[in-house]
Amino acid sequence: MIEAAEPENSREWSDPEVHEGRLGPIFEDFAFFFSRVLVLFCPQSAVDLRSFACEAGAAGNSCIKDLSLGCVLFVVPVLTKLEVESKVREKNFRCCGAMTYFPDEVVEHIFDFLSSHRDRNNVSTVCKAWYLVEQLSRLRVFVGNCYAVRPERVMARFPGMKCLTVKGKPHFADFNLVPHDWGGDALPWIETAARCCPGLEELRLKRMVVSDESLELLARAFPNFKSLVLISCEGFSTDGLAEIATHCRGLRELDLQENEVEDHGRQWLSCFPDSCTSLVSLNFACLKGEVNTSALERLVARCQNLRCLKLNRAISIESLIKILARAPNLVELGTGSFTADHRTEAYQNLLNAFYKCNSIRNLSGFWDAAPRYLQAIYSICSSLTVLNLSYAPAIQVNDLIKMIRHCFKLQKLWVLDSIGDKGLAAVACACKELQELRVFPSDVYGTGIAAVTEEGLVAISSGCPKLNSLLYFCHQMTNAALITVAKNCPHFTRFRLCILDPVKPDPISNEPLDEGFGAIVKSCKDLKRLSLSGLLTDKVFLYIGMYASRLEMLSIAFAGESDKGMVYVLNGCKNLKKLEIRDSPFGDAALLENVGKYETMRSLWMSSCDVTQGGCKALAAKMPRLNVEVINEREESDEMVENPSDMHRVEKMYVYRTLTGPRDDAPDFVWTF
Amino acid sequence: MAEEKKPLDWNTAEEKKLELRLGLPGEGEDWSPSPEKGKKFTPLEASLSLGHVSKVPRSNNFTASPATKREAFQQPKQLEFMQLQKAKEKACDGLLQNSSHASRIAATPVVGWPPIRSFRKNLAGAPQLSTESPNESSKAAKKPENERKSLFVKINMDGIPIGRKVDIKAYDSYDKLSLAVDELFQGLMAAQMDPLALGTPKISQEKQVITGLLDGTGEFTLAYEDNEGDRMLVGDVPWDMFVFTAKRLRVLKSSNLSTSSLGAVSRKRSNGS
Repeated sequence: MIEAAEPENSREWSDPEVHEGRLGPIFEDFAFFFSRVLVLFCPQSAVDLRSFACEAGAAGNSCIKDLSLGCVLFVVPVLTKLEVESKVREKNFRCCGAMTYFPDEVVEHIFDFLSSHRDRNNVSTVCKAWYLVEQLSRLRVFVGNCYAVRPERVMARFPGMKCLTVKGKPHFADFNLVPHDWGGDALPWIETAARCCPGLEELRLKRMVVSDESLELLARAFPNFKSLVLISCEGFSTDGLAEIATHCRGLRELDLQENEVEDHGRQWLSCFPDSCTSLVSLNFACLKGEVNTSALERLVARCQNLRCLKLNRAISIESLIKILARAPNLVELGTGSFTADHRTEAYQNLLNAFYKCNSIRNLSGFWDAAPRYLQAIYSICSSLTVLNLSYAPAIQVNDLIKMIRHCFKLQKLWVLDSIGDKGLAAVACACKELQELRVFPSDVYGTGIAAVTEEGLVAISSGCPKLNSLLYFCHQMTNAALITVAKNCPHFTRFRLCILDPVKPDPISNEPLDEGFGAIVKSCKDLKRLSLSGLLTDKVFLYIGMYASRLEMLSIAFAGESDKGMVYVLNGCKNLKKLEIRDSPFGDAALLENVGKYETMRSLWMSSCDVTQGGCKALAAKMPRLNVEVINEREESDEMVENPSDMHRVEKMYVYRTLTGPRDDAPDFVWTF
Repeated sequence: MAEEKKPLDWNTAEEKKLELRLGLPGEGEDWSPSPEKGKKFTPLEASLSLGHVSKVPRSNNFTASPATKREAFQQPKQLEFMQLQKAKEKACDGLLQNSSHASRIAATPVVGWPPIRSFRKNLAGAPQLSTESPNESSKAAKKPENERKSLFVKINMDGIPIGRKVDIKAYDSYDKLSLAVDELFQGLMAAQMDPLALGTPKISQEKQVITGLLDGTGEFTLAYEDNEGDRMLVGDVPWDMFVFTAKRLRVLKSSNLSTSSLGAVSRKRSNGS
């Protein structure tokens, strides 16, 4: 019995009305329907086509209300033919025999409705014909690990590529666990794209090293370039930004999120020519230095389509007011410092400015926000869907509560833990639409005063039933609280809990938190991402292996007791893509227990565990299509670096599947076995 | 919050298995020339240890696992390490007095923990960039910021495996910082030489005064790592800028200056960053 496929993410649906009905509206409906059927069935590797056809027919019947009658008449004979043909095997040409009745153009049009990378990857493995159609029509390419495949190969396969996403360093690089020169250079990707895909329009890079030289090449090599998104990257300066501003005609989006950017002066903003009117999104919140505010004001004034503007901390309220006056249609705003340079009537002007901005739905910034200025935004709070106050340690909890009370449409909230359990209770009362909550630690080196505890989380879970994504830094957590949260919020897709004391047990029962996390994985069947903390034994991994069948990313720190823990996870979580482990007692036996698993995953990171050099070598020998990289940082004066024995434990190991073999840009402290 | 339970008896095998201790400053860093190179002090083992007094859960439901894997964590030099830790505890300036100490020290000394991005760590401490003549309203805004008075950064010293933390916001000049560093490490240097004779910071004849930290004249020189990861000598930039950009400190043997630090700096430059 098939249920009508629900979209995992509403953005994955392409609205069929958007496509021109080249072959008429009936066909459009059919193509759309068929694409949903493909999503249902293609991921399964051994599906009997006969049963597929029967059940699809049943599904078709249940979808009748969405389709016109003509479409149904079209569908049924097609499916009957499918039934006649044969069983499906992954590479068996006959499996899609019926599909040969469709010209390539039709197949391609069906594929147009598959916007998720996974779905497109899946259909391309069904048979050669589909592979060819899919590769020529793919516009958006996602490379999850820049070292898994060479840029040349990607661009040879997808010559029509318009949008490229590439990710570089492992996630733990965010916490300084990956040495500075490890790799992840973006230049090879940009150079190859310049040669092979000059029609590139969008580039999204995450955790990569992007030099000014790369940005310069990017700016000059792609005449249709529209959108640059850099997340957690480094290696460039405002000079590189100046190149982008100068040479990218028709640039629509420049989005810099949490990058390390060297400040070489403020003139980069002035480099946007007067003819540039196309900007829709500009985010430079992560820049530390000043910008030319009058150039900014002029830019904002002439870009009438600007909908997203995120200012950096150097922008004062006076500038903000002028900018808002020129951009009343903004939907997303990063406010800058939110404090005033001079003694002015800033408050009244600010109030007026915000009063005119009816479209703002997303607010962030507030670095130095003073309480009285905060009141100026109450008028727009009631339409906000996203509010990020996590850069604002100056906001006191009572002002926060006053503001939150107005935000009843809020879906996403990022705050500091100074909000306290009291503030979270206020959020639980007011924000019934809340889907994502992130609570960051505000005083990492501080006195350990409990800012938020399990009580705040429980309050949120009972007040906000739509909650599906959580990042929560707290000082303590109890099993009882986690069990309650699991019951209240069974829809979590991301659950990341960080108890600041890494091995803290349940403070009330003094037990490990196995049962609490166990309840989470058991209840939240759609859980895709999980981060653990607190005192944990192997049991929690048993639970994870048993219940977390949709889990894709798991982060483990200071947890577990023996190899069994890791083995439970590797053997159990069939959708696991990324596993990152630090400071946990998993060694060679666990590493080598299920070596085939690593080829089904993007990567495995293990640092400060019990894995030895011998274990890494053994893994590399068994699995030639993995890169087993070991990071050995030593002082230059250290003699041990020359020939550590196989018994030697490795500090950091990063294993990933790859088509390219060992990478040729590895620095000397990275050894690939 | 649960009361921290001090172990009654260090010798219980179970407690030893689960005990967490301070580790060497070796995890993920290339600053520490461990005086004892070799497997006994691999950063791997060391980084598993945290400065806890006790984290042994006493509940019946929690059974210690078979000793096999946990014991792999045991420092072969466990006893000596415990003594060093006791030395550190006594040399600390009253940090151990409150019960919150254990949780505080647990929360801070491990590299990469808590798992937040660097720019979030010093949010409370970073000063405003734009104002030169702050008026009342911005002062009001600044106040809650300034009330977060501490900015603790790690400080390690060549030849001493255990680091310290120093609140650089507690000083307003380089000279005061230099004096504080001197005091901070004297006790440790003395304890290192004679781990069993700890407790009295004024071991008169053995006391080494650390001078000349800032001008290169002394046996030791003070350096720091800035927010871009570069190693710098302390003293070049205005004090306020130093407080803003310094992420960790290091007391180097002046003779080591030419080889280690500058080598690293030029390595970074050659990568074009």
